[in-house]
Amino acid sequence: MAELVVFAICAASAVASGIAVFVVDSMARATFALLASFVFTAVPILLLGLSYLGVLVVLMMVMEMMIMVIFMVMYMMNPAGLMPMTMVHNKAGALAISVGTFVALAAGVLLVPWPTSTAAPPADPTLALGEAIMGEKMLVMMLVGMVLFATMVASIVLATHRGRYARYGDDLRRKHPDDPIRGGVGR
Amino acid sequence: MGDPAPLWSVLVIPVLLGVFAYGAAAGSATLRAHAAGTPRASGIAAPARSAARLLVQRRRVVLGTDALLLRLGGTLVPVAAALSALVIPLGGFVVSDLSVGVVWFNAMEVVIWAAVWMLGWGANSVWGLIGGYRFLVQGVAYELPHMFALITAALGAGSLRVTDIAAAQQGLWFAVLMPVAFVAYLVSALAMAFWGPFDQPVGRDLAGGALAELSGVDRLVVGAGRYVLLSVVAAMAVPLFLGGGAGLLLPAWAWSLVKTAAVLALLVWLGHRLPTVRMERFTEIGWVVLIPATLLQALLVAIFVLLG
Amino acid sequence: MILELFLLLAAALFAVGLFGALSQQSIVMIMMGLELMINAIIVAAAAFWFYTSADRPDGQVLVLVAITAMAVEMAMGFAVTTAIFRSRDVDVVDSAGDLKDAP
Repeated sequence: MAELVVFAICAASAVASGIAVFVVDSMARATFALLASFVFTAVPILLLGLSYLGVLVVLMMVMEMMIMVIFMVMYMMNPAGLMPMTMVHNKAGALAISVGTFVALAAGVLLVPWPTSTAAPPADPTLALGEAIMGEKMLVMMLVGMVLFATMVASIVLATHRGRYARYGDDLRRKHPDDPIRGGVGR
Repeated sequence: MGDPAPLWSVLVIPVLLGVFAYGAAAGSATLRAHAAGTPRASGIAAPARSAARLLVQRRRVVLGTDALLLRLGGTLVPVAAALSALVIPLGGFVVSDLSVGVVWFNAMEVVIWAAVWMLGWGANSVWGLIGGYRFLVQGVAYELPHMFALITAALGAGSLRVTDIAAAQQGLWFAVLMPVAFVAYLVSALAMAFWGPFDQPVGRDLAGGALAELSGVDRLVVGAGRYVLLSVVAAMAVPLFLGGGAGLLLPAWAWSLVKTAAVLALLVWLGHRLPTVRMERFTEIGWVVLIPATLLQALLVAIFVLLG
Repeated sequence: MILELFLLLAAALFAVGLFGALSQQSIVMIMMGLELMINAIIVAAAAFWFYTSADRPDGQVLVLVAITAMAVEMAMGFAVTTAIFRSRDVDVVDSAGDLKDAP
């Protein structure tokens, strides 16, 4: 019963702060509303006994949102929302589509006879997950690693405007790179 | 495994953290008095005096502050520090012995990123905002070596539970087994509490940076929270790297306290001794030196565990 | 506590995220909508793991993959935003409409 109350509060708060993301004027507040939504959805995950994944969601989302807030402030015309302006297109259509999607999904959730299982969760789900990704699910983990590495390379290539020619000269003969800010290891 | 904690133990944590935080503040004031040539004994009462002054000080408000985020950020500094302290064992006794204690600790101290940025942004001051951004840059620099240091300690014990990690060091302290991870942890601890050589986010060149516009009770809460945070990261070093409560003669809880006080004193002293490091320089050191070093350390520990 | 409650939460989060992704003009706000939608996947996957196959780790692995997808989405999203802002001063999707295929 206590679990149900906690779940209900957290679920309602998660959806409410998710809606707040697109309602508030200040971009900083929008980012922290999204963060609140993630933290509130981590609680149901913790209720399911997934302590590692639940805490991981909190850990990752705090860091991710703090990086996001930099870009939010950087790329929005009016980050503090001191002069409210709307930046939306086709609001009615989007609202209709998303409400329709929710109704369809909810109908599916309630009408589909979901399989039930009496299998008890393992004593330590974290251990089960670790053994899975280092055992039979290793291919998934290797693929995730490859994708993350490709993402790092691709995002740096896309985001940076200076390559090695800008740093080391046209014939790459410059001894010390010509950087706007010197780094810490004496280059 | 630690003993299941009785309910009153929840009260012990804030009291102990308060004592350690006051000690750190008094030590810092003493070092400052020594550097200024004033009587060192004045440092002992200095935190109490400035706390009393801040309590009666009238709040100064800048036009257009984001009061919600400002107050939330100020509250989160001590709250996040206290929450991350829940998993730290005191000898054999721990408030909440989570099976993923190390991840919990990490998740709670990352909240400091959000707190400092909220303080900087909410104050509607250019100094505060730059200070907040500086802390994010510093965070990106220290967080990965910090995580690898935590993971290496967990790897050495084969468990994410903090009491298991402390118990795994009965023979050999992890500070000896994995010195690089220990040093990386101490460096990231200083950076996390924006203390010592990593105090650029609240630097004097920014008139106080993220804390520039804080006054009265707000400044007291954040300032005390920063010392609490420093105490918490010092206390966490004990079960992770310094054998937890292991030691001769004294009971385990007393050894935990003594070691915590020693690490805290070292951190406070380092903060006064070392010159400030600019965070963009520290970023390159963090990524080019500390990350490969901690990764190699993790590899060596993994081989040691496999052979062990 | 039943599976349907978790799935309803996931559906609500997904719908809110979809609304944001469809209606917002700023690229960064669209990414926030996408994050909410992936968050719904995380909740649904965790609930399916617990209620239908708690003895197998597949559901947990799916949560891990969804978390990774979120990180990749954000990194690439900001890289693309930076690239298009740098080359043509565009920060809203409506100004980048000419990127679509000619009919």
